[in-house]
Amino acid sequence: MRLRSKCKNLEEFNPSQPGHTPLSSLKPGERGVVVGLLGGRGLMCRMVSLGFTPGTEVTLLQNYGRGPLLVTVRDTRVALGRGEALKVLVEAL
Amino acid sequence: MSESDASLTIALAGQPNVGKSTIFNILTGLNQHVGNWPGKTVEQKTGLYTRDGQVIRLVDLPGTYSLTANSEEERIARDFLLREKPDLVVAIVNAAALERNLYLVAELLSMPVRVVVGVNMMDVAGQAGIHVETHVLQAALGVPVLPLVASRNKGVSELLDAALRLMKNPDDFAPNRPEIRAEHRPVLAEIRSLLSGKIPLYPEDWTAIKLLEGDTEITEMVRQSAPQAWERIHALLKQHEDAYLDVAGGRYEWVGRMLRAAMVKPKPGAISLTDRLDKIATHPFWGLGLLLSIFGLIFWLTYTAAMPVVIWLDTQIIPFLAASMRWALAPAPAWLTSLLVDGLIAGAGAVLALLPVLVIFFAVLGLLEDVGYLARSAYIMDRFMHWMGLHGRSFLPLCIGFGCNVPGCMAARIVEEPRARLLTILLMPLVPCTGRMAVIAFLAPAFFGKNAASVTWGMVAGDILMLLLIGIAINRGVLRGARSAFIMEMPLYHLPNARTIGLYVWHNTWAFVKKAGTIILLASATVWLLAYLPGGEVEGSLLARFGRWLEPAGRWLGLGDWRLIVALLSSFVAKENVIATLGVLYGSEANLGLAEQVARTLTPAAALAFLVVLITFIPCAATVAAMKQETGAWKWPAFSVGLLLVISFGVAVIVYQLARVMGWGV
Repeated sequence: MRLRSKCKNLEEFNPSQPGHTPLSSLKPGERGVVVGLLGGRGLMCRMVSLGFTPGTEVTLLQNYGRGPLLVTVRDTRVALGRGEALKVLVEAL
Repeated sequence: MSESDASLTIALAGQPNVGKSTIFNILTGLNQHVGNWPGKTVEQKTGLYTRDGQVIRLVDLPGTYSLTANSEEERIARDFLLREKPDLVVAIVNAAALERNLYLVAELLSMPVRVVVGVNMMDVAGQAGIHVETHVLQAALGVPVLPLVASRNKGVSELLDAALRLMKNPDDFAPNRPEIRAEHRPVLAEIRSLLSGKIPLYPEDWTAIKLLEGDTEITEMVRQSAPQAWERIHALLKQHEDAYLDVAGGRYEWVGRMLRAAMVKPKPGAISLTDRLDKIATHPFWGLGLLLSIFGLIFWLTYTAAMPVVIWLDTQIIPFLAASMRWALAPAPAWLTSLLVDGLIAGAGAVLALLPVLVIFFAVLGLLEDVGYLARSAYIMDRFMHWMGLHGRSFLPLCIGFGCNVPGCMAARIVEEPRARLLTILLMPLVPCTGRMAVIAFLAPAFFGKNAASVTWGMVAGDILMLLLIGIAINRGVLRGARSAFIMEMPLYHLPNARTIGLYVWHNTWAFVKKAGTIILLASATVWLLAYLPGGEVEGSLLARFGRWLEPAGRWLGLGDWRLIVALLSSFVAKENVIATLGVLYGSEANLGLAEQVARTLTPAAALAFLVVLITFIPCAATVAAMKQETGAWKWPAFSVGLLLVISFGVAVIVYQLARVMGWGV
């Protein structure tokens, strides 16, 4: 519960630059370019080794507004928890 | 042939979902040893492979996405490469996700090892419109690159040829190593010169890069091994805290350059088979429906296909074995005959008779895993697992627990975060395994007649509901903490491979056979002894006295018969032992099956309570041992036994009293 409320704050998080939004705000079929990763080092390392580095294009496959999301990054389908997807900042294409 | 005959060591490296195990299995067959890495709860597979009279030791490294010390698996893989120095590393990559897979190759090439690359799943990639020119990639990387379709045993032998050729001519190895981005080269050079000569066990170039990446383990190692240089290095690292993403980004740029000419990708917008299947399989509503139907089908298949075999083994083969044994042992003393026939054959034999159920269950689960569906089930279940502070990944070990809780506990290793792994293991005994289901399937028809199926399904549903409630309670009360990240690759769907599934079934059922051959055998003998002493009569035995002593507690849930209590206690040995124990205690009466005999002594309310207490009772001895092994302490299995003792008794009393109120008590 505590975690969810933290995520809420992140959703309202006002990115420093216009046009940067969390990955979780993309709709199915939309694409974005990763511009930043929030969160701790452990999470960042795992995201990076799965291909989420700044400059990478990500396609959102499934997002029902709650629950986990499906994205494609570097030819790989990856399931991400909503909390994790909130920590990937993208610039929508 | 033993490990000491091996003159060469080859390590198999690769990310998860690249078919590495398939290749390992092709090369070693059953000539493999599955154990743990020393001191770790990570599976270690080693095997022997003979080629032209030369014995090669193969070590299957844990599947990892990178070689940063993020997880136990990654630490093990890189420690092995650094310390054991294998003669060669065969890196397996997935043709359908080459870009990401070559990231690991980029890391491997920065280490002092010789590498051969096998590009697997060329067929799956082809179906998805991805074409890989392995010779172009070979020219770019400067290391041997060979195409593979391991599921059809294509290219594996050529891959080994290339590996052996490289080992004969080690000077031919001239890889194109990834370089760090230009802006960080000066700092890298400075750190490297500071490290020079101070870390004899580690390659200096590699260590310098890992320091820039902020690798906690390497940072700690340098701080201790090179204290004089540490202050300066620390200051440099502070200035370049941003280097981490650059190092990783630099590797991906290198991968991009390597692949530029070697790979043709499909046009954007092309819809693959996986896209179409996932429309249903990962849909929050249809996907859940599909998952439930698949599980329903597994249970139906397991129990309709395997149960007749089990019953045939139980009623025909085991009595035949017992009769033969009696005949063969006619000259032996009566107690020995009784031990072997009533104790061992009736006890351990009845347990082994369950093997068909287990084989079918694991064959179906292995099939679902191999085609790529199980990852989808984790995705679908993620939201429900959140209620318990877990995430989708924990669903997979719980799934295996339906077969047998013992491999289920071991499978909990795929849950990275220690707290979530522990919670998954603690919930495992609440997953109704085939042993418990067999007892219920055996007793329910006699207890409830034509309502047996709905009672059984109700039992399973109630048990899962209880699992959920206890999970929520433990998460809120005992094991508080933030939920870890859910990040999981969804592999492309592909055709299954019989050999992979066969070995999956083998490894999972073998754990069960071993348990039947050791713990259960021993426990069967003990139960027999307690039922035989002091007078050789069950009625006056120690076991009966203990059961009678517990009768007052049993009356709370309608079980006033000591034989039922003893049968229940014997389920600690193995859940399926309940049938064998009832068999021993009720003896055989002409014209009446065992289940009917038991049913005659129980009211419907008591029968219901008996099944409830049975399905939720304390974990069996083998599960307790597995829990101890996986959690590293006795306190967690002890906690589990205490908790389930209270819960099973409490719930059964409530069910019994409610059922009596509803008039089922007569």
